[in-house]
Amino acid sequence: MIDWQPSAPLANLRRRAQIIAGIRRFFAERDVLEVDTPTLSAAAVSDPHLFPFAAEYVPEGGGQAQTLYLHTSPEYPMKRLLAAGSGCIWQLCRVYRNGESGSRHNPEFSMLEWYRLGFDHHQLMDEVDELVDSVLGCGRSRRVTYAALFAEHLGVDIHGCEDAELARLGREHCDFRGELDRDGWLNLLFSHCIEPRLLQPTMVFAFPASQAALARVVEGDDRVPSAARFELFIQGMELANGYFELTDAAEQLRRFESDQQSREVFGRAALPIDRRLVSALQQGLPECAGVALGVDRLVMLALNASHIDEVIAFPLQRA
Amino acid sequence: MANYSTNEFKPGLKVMLDGDPCAILENEYVKPGKGQAFNRVKVRNLKTGRVNERTFKSGDSLEGADVMDRDMEYLYTDGEFWHFMATDGSFEQFGADEKAVGDTSNWLKEQVVYTITLFNGSPIAVTPPNFVELEVVETDPGVRGDTSGGGNKPAKLVTGAVVKVPLFINVGDVLKVDTRTADYVGRA
Repeated sequence: MIDWQPSAPLANLRRRAQIIAGIRRFFAERDVLEVDTPTLSAAAVSDPHLFPFAAEYVPEGGGQAQTLYLHTSPEYPMKRLLAAGSGCIWQLCRVYRNGESGSRHNPEFSMLEWYRLGFDHHQLMDEVDELVDSVLGCGRSRRVTYAALFAEHLGVDIHGCEDAELARLGREHCDFRGELDRDGWLNLLFSHCIEPRLLQPTMVFAFPASQAALARVVEGDDRVPSAARFELFIQGMELANGYFELTDAAEQLRRFESDQQSREVFGRAALPIDRRLVSALQQGLPECAGVALGVDRLVMLALNASHIDEVIAFPLQRA
Repeated sequence: MANYSTNEFKPGLKVMLDGDPCAILENEYVKPGKGQAFNRVKVRNLKTGRVNERTFKSGDSLEGADVMDRDMEYLYTDGEFWHFMATDGSFEQFGADEKAVGDTSNWLKEQVVYTITLFNGSPIAVTPPNFVELEVVETDPGVRGDTSGGGNKPAKLVTGAVVKVPLFINVGDVLKVDTRTADYVGRA
């Protein structure tokens, strides 16, 4: 039989619609502007571990075709809107990540992304808590630094230890035999040994500066300068990732170039750098914090679902 | 054999791991929003039966294992090997050593059909049917009239296996035994 039916029960889709209506109210009450940015763009997010889908724009009647990328998140054009003076903005959109399929991943998924002017990451963590609590009724999250979690769960001081110590722990706890760089070992240990134990809402902040992505590096959150980045975990599942946003255009360009080099090291095709974002930052991005939240996973938590297919009408295998 | 990448690690796939043939039981894709993707894989070593968890980078690959399950009838043992014959009409015979037979020696009976796992053409595991019927060779005398199943006693079967049986069972009785739990099910 052809599996034409939705993988999610209709009751789950109704709950999903209610949650999305609640999200709309949440931002309307706070006077945050809903925006739309392109799904197809000339540049792609530089993250070396993301694989964007590529598509061809072919002018009807002939002419030069153009490669466009389906966005993996709307952060670059949303920041251009902020630089253009939009004020606080939010967006709920479908984003696309090639190759990602599993119990918590579908190659296209719904992302809620919002930016708050004048907020730092700590203030935004409070607002993320409010939004998540409005859906799950789970209260305020625990706040803990990335390094403190490694000390708590693995008994290791990540500021002081050698790469070899992380490798030893990775081999011991995850039976992983390959080679990784320092961030690779940290990621392995975090995702295998720490994340599954973060059952109560936990806001992890002060990430290593090497994992800053688009966050600024700050002093004061930890013993050493750290990325002003946070992630929310509930029931052992990563739900949101936020930054006190980097506004320094020159630093942004350096990170793009470093991402390009990493892509090369990992043997991945180079992607065009988003010069428009760099220009927008040169013009001036207002001080702000931003966060992206996985809406499908939020619905999973609300419904106590163990597989993303239970909250999406037609996942990859039925698309 | 072909190579299989982590995204092809479906339950049931047989691969080589540390020189031993293994069956994939579970494969979980683990990818943080930022960072390297991994696959957390649960495998059963087909030689030892042991289950292990192993983590791979997504995109790593393993060589497939030449493993096949075949139905075979048990013939006899010469003390060193246990001999089986394929039931597919080929009459092919295979000798399984002690390591391959393992605890299944408790449940071997002539003419009963077992599943033999072949690795590169040689038996590495023998799986019994869920139930076998075996004769009691040693037990305390039966208690006449006690069919309540209230108590039990050990009984030694023709294969050497010892199972707990109700008090009324006698030497010479043929019992149906669940090979997964070594539990007495009933008189055959």
